[in-house]
Amino acid sequence: MSSASVIRLHRHPAVPRGRLLRYWKGSLRGSEFTWAVAFLVPYVGVFLTFVVYPVLYGAWMGSSPHLYAELLSDPIYQQTVVNTLLFLAFGVNLKLFLALLMSGFFMRPGWWTKALLMAFVLPWAVPALPTFISIHWMLNGEWGLLNNTLFILFGIEGPSWLNERWLALASAICSHIWKWLPFWTVILLAGRMSISQDIYDAAKVDGATGLRRFTHVTFPLLANLYLILTLLATIFLLGDFNTVTFVTGGGPANTTHVLATLGIRDAYDMGHPELGVAAVMSALPLMIPLVIILMRKLRSTEVQL
Amino acid sequence: MSTTTADTGVVAKGHATVPAQRMRRIARRRRYLTNVAATLFSFVVLVWTITPIYNMVMVSFTAEGDVFSEHIWPARTSGHSFWIVVTQGYWYLEHFWHQFGNSLYIATMTTLLVLAIGSMTSFSVGRMRIRNGWLVTNAALLTYVIPASFLAIPFYLIMNSYGLHDNPWSVIAALVTFATPYAIFIFQEYGRSIPIELDESARIDGASPIQIYFRIYLPLMAPALVAVGTYALLLAWNEYLYQFLLLSNKQSMTVPVALAQFTNSDQAPWNYMMATAIIYALPPVATYYAFRNRMSSGLTMGGVKG
Repeated sequence: MSSASVIRLHRHPAVPRGRLLRYWKGSLRGSEFTWAVAFLVPYVGVFLTFVVYPVLYGAWMGSSPHLYAELLSDPIYQQTVVNTLLFLAFGVNLKLFLALLMSGFFMRPGWWTKALLMAFVLPWAVPALPTFISIHWMLNGEWGLLNNTLFILFGIEGPSWLNERWLALASAICSHIWKWLPFWTVILLAGRMSISQDIYDAAKVDGATGLRRFTHVTFPLLANLYLILTLLATIFLLGDFNTVTFVTGGGPANTTHVLATLGIRDAYDMGHPELGVAAVMSALPLMIPLVIILMRKLRSTEVQL
Repeated sequence: MSTTTADTGVVAKGHATVPAQRMRRIARRRRYLTNVAATLFSFVVLVWTITPIYNMVMVSFTAEGDVFSEHIWPARTSGHSFWIVVTQGYWYLEHFWHQFGNSLYIATMTTLLVLAIGSMTSFSVGRMRIRNGWLVTNAALLTYVIPASFLAIPFYLIMNSYGLHDNPWSVIAALVTFATPYAIFIFQEYGRSIPIELDESARIDGASPIQIYFRIYLPLMAPALVAVGTYALLLAWNEYLYQFLLLSNKQSMTVPVALAQFTNSDQAPWNYMMATAIIYALPPVATYYAFRNRMSSGLTMGGVKG
């Protein structure tokens, strides 16, 4: 950057006009600048039309305070907030902790581990919709695979998993973990693999093995990545529409909605789009700080992994 | 690694005293126990992973009338439901192949647009080094961290007001919007491994930016293009929410939307539904396993970008 400005200074010793334009052009000359701008036009267009415009439109739709009063007095909304927080607390942390363990397991040598990894990524490779519909049927109290298995193997009559609020919510959280665990495991596995073997060899000489190797070597090196993944997983989970929609359908009696599904329900099933936008926007106090921290983190650690 | 173990082996043999032997026995027993634990653990993981998929396959192969019965293994297997889906022999499935084509069209167009827009943007920002290009990178980063479902309602209303409801291009626009940021990251990261001197020498030889883009940049970026192309293809094929909101006509809807419609009917024909689900899931699974290595190298390249 600085070398570019030095060159410019020497080539054009005293040209007072068009300073602003020259600032924008940087080291690009003549038609090159036009080309560079032309190459940017498609993405900037997409961003302005399909991100900025809907964001502003949504903000305008959800700007009326009485919408929030209406939301807060709605018992379904209150339950939804509780559900969303539980979903975040358990979904994110359990998933990432398990992913951390699984990535350690997949570091083991041998063909069996590799074969297992191939099978393990299957939930991630299969589209969400078919598997969630399958889980929905699997958890059916009368004809589902889970209760059939419980009955045949242990003689237990399983509960109707999706007919009670907390069981249904737990099922949805487990389904989410089932679907996304491979994704985070693969990322953490890549993070573990990028740790140089030399560090482990040095730690071994110093007597750090087993659990101590993990707490003193592996985890400190993975901590930053783990933090970023937690933030990212939180945001992704907030936007997860498919899990709840297809595993519980928001039922029984609208008790297992999360904010993402409640927004769509209010907007389409209830025919009140402004209320739907307000439901989604009520997540902003949590979203905005997360996004700011995450953007800083991602920008500064882009190349580290 | 292997040399160190060989060394210790030699040392241990040299001083084959009683405590050393005992130590080795303990170590062997511990290794044995670890292996047993690992095997058990693998088994649990395998059952956890496979069960929902097994359920899907089992229900789809269950013979007519056996779905509502207590079994964990189909008493009579039959490929009948697959035949029904393939021949569109059920009223929910009357446009199945047309809808399959719609999914394919949307996925293909999305992929091409993501590759074109993403590579152009990263060329301008990363290779031509346009001033303030970081603004664009940050815009992409911001889009990447906004959940797509949060923008669905305003997006839907905007598309409706332009009369683009039931138009595949409204879905393509949404998918391109949410897939391009990832493309920009990966391309920028990958582009760093290509020496900028190549561009500069071409420039000195009189090549125009568009020539550099087509003759130098794109050919060298081929691995990243494959990784991102696979990602965009899978994203577009698997996406549900926007397709559900924007496509409601039977002629314009895609397979996932049609599949979800099944669940609305009370006496859902679960075996047809699961057969449809499997046929719908096969192309992305095959694509995923075919391009798995390239995808995961893309993942590591981009760090935590998923």
